[in-house]
Amino acid sequence: MANGASEVAVEGGGNKRLQLLKVLGPVHVWALGVGIVLVGEFMGWNFSVGKGGALGSLIACWFIGLLYTCVAMIDSEVTSTVAAAGGQYAQAKHIIGPLMAFNVALYLVLAYTMLEAADALVVGDLISTVAAQTGHEGLDPKPFVLLTIAVLAWLNYRGVFMTLSVNFVITAIAFLSIVVLFFATEPWIQGKVLQHGELLDGLPYGWIGVVAALQFGMWYYLGIEGTCQAVEECRSPRRALPLGTITGIVTLLIAATLTWYVSSGLLPWEYLGQSGVPLYDTARVLGSPALSGLLFLGTILAAVASANGCINDASRAWFSLGRDRYMPAWFGAVHPRYRTPFRSIIFLIPIAVSFAFTGLLDQVITFSILSGLLGYTFMTINIVKFRRQWPLGSIDRGYVHPMHPLPMIALLTLCVATYFATFLGYGSTLLATMSFYIIASVWFHFRRYPFVERGSQFTMPWPRPLGY
Amino acid sequence: MDFWNVMSYLAWIISGALLFWIVFDAIKVSKEYDEDYLLSSREGEDLLLDEEKGNG
Repeated sequence: MANGASEVAVEGGGNKRLQLLKVLGPVHVWALGVGIVLVGEFMGWNFSVGKGGALGSLIACWFIGLLYTCVAMIDSEVTSTVAAAGGQYAQAKHIIGPLMAFNVALYLVLAYTMLEAADALVVGDLISTVAAQTGHEGLDPKPFVLLTIAVLAWLNYRGVFMTLSVNFVITAIAFLSIVVLFFATEPWIQGKVLQHGELLDGLPYGWIGVVAALQFGMWYYLGIEGTCQAVEECRSPRRALPLGTITGIVTLLIAATLTWYVSSGLLPWEYLGQSGVPLYDTARVLGSPALSGLLFLGTILAAVASANGCINDASRAWFSLGRDRYMPAWFGAVHPRYRTPFRSIIFLIPIAVSFAFTGLLDQVITFSILSGLLGYTFMTINIVKFRRQWPLGSIDRGYVHPMHPLPMIALLTLCVATYFATFLGYGSTLLATMSFYIIASVWFHFRRYPFVERGSQFTMPWPRPLGY
Repeated sequence: MDFWNVMSYLAWIISGALLFWIVFDAIKVSKEYDEDYLLSSREGEDLLLDEEKGNG
């Protein structure tokens, strides 16, 4: 064995094995989940205003908030039991089967890599905007896009503890900037700054507009399920995962409502619905350079935190595929010093850079959202099978979500409504995405699965499922 | 050359240096350590260890 191996190896059954480092607590789980999502408060959510008006956007905000609360509860229960990198992929492998697991991992890798590319693109574009405001028109954003991805990939490569500690700090600053903006509008004196009485004028496109707004309502929360990817690196997964995820969704519900309240009280819906950076624009209306600067900083930090979390999550999902031989085993390597899935991190860098350099933000984000939605639909099947095969009391759960199967039914209903909303706005992208996953499934079944060592992928010491 | 041009060049250079370091380190680690050891991670290893300790 080579140098340094003894200090990083884990003894198990007489063999020394490399494992991912278990150093994370609930704060890191919170930082991962909220960090990935919070950028959606700074941009993107407001397109729901364009579809359904300000009130339609609020309905979408809370309706989709309910969807994600169900996602957070279901995920917390299953993941606190399946404490393995890959999150929903590992859940699908144990509970449903290899083909579903492969698809779920693919949703995860593509959703997070594309979101990472979009985040880096946002950072590059914001820097170009600053350059234009200081007299340098037409600055190429590409070097700054690459710098964002390179710095974050380097951070992820060097260790998960520092990566998510940094994410905690920058996510907290971004969240606080929203809170500061809220208090700066003096919401306790209605009509002084905020003009909801004049600006809220019903549903401009009726209830069909509200349905169409659902797709963009996802931006408020998209990615909170990413907390599951950290579970194998938690010191106490049964405690850290549910605590970090549930406090994460509560934070996002607060942030989403504050964001809607402030923006819709200052900007007319016709403008808000097409703004590129709605919170920054809201701050500019108040006329305070310090506040505008803070919200600009918040926007950049939120995008960086999101990209950082996405690199972490996409690499864990890809690593899990390699470890189980669903992809070449080479990707399942752990760095002996930093204890990170280093080859998976490296492999995904050029993919993220190439997505980012295309500059096709809309298509990249839509594909990412649809992949996420497919993942949420899977969760409904997953939790039903999980409760049937391993009923309460048959396996040690860190968290038991209440009122089963009501959250599952609510989640499925909301997924169907959101598919319909997506079909209204992006029908061809929806069909292209579905076709892609069907072709990938056929490839996996006939070309890849024969190479999988079927027994060695199930090393979790679980009791046999009911009826096995 | 103005400030933003300098920043652009710096961004290219720093990105290149970081990516080079990552790839260099990965190659070094792959040569230095046995491949079976690098690929030895198993899902649920700590749970298995807990069980073994409990049985022992």
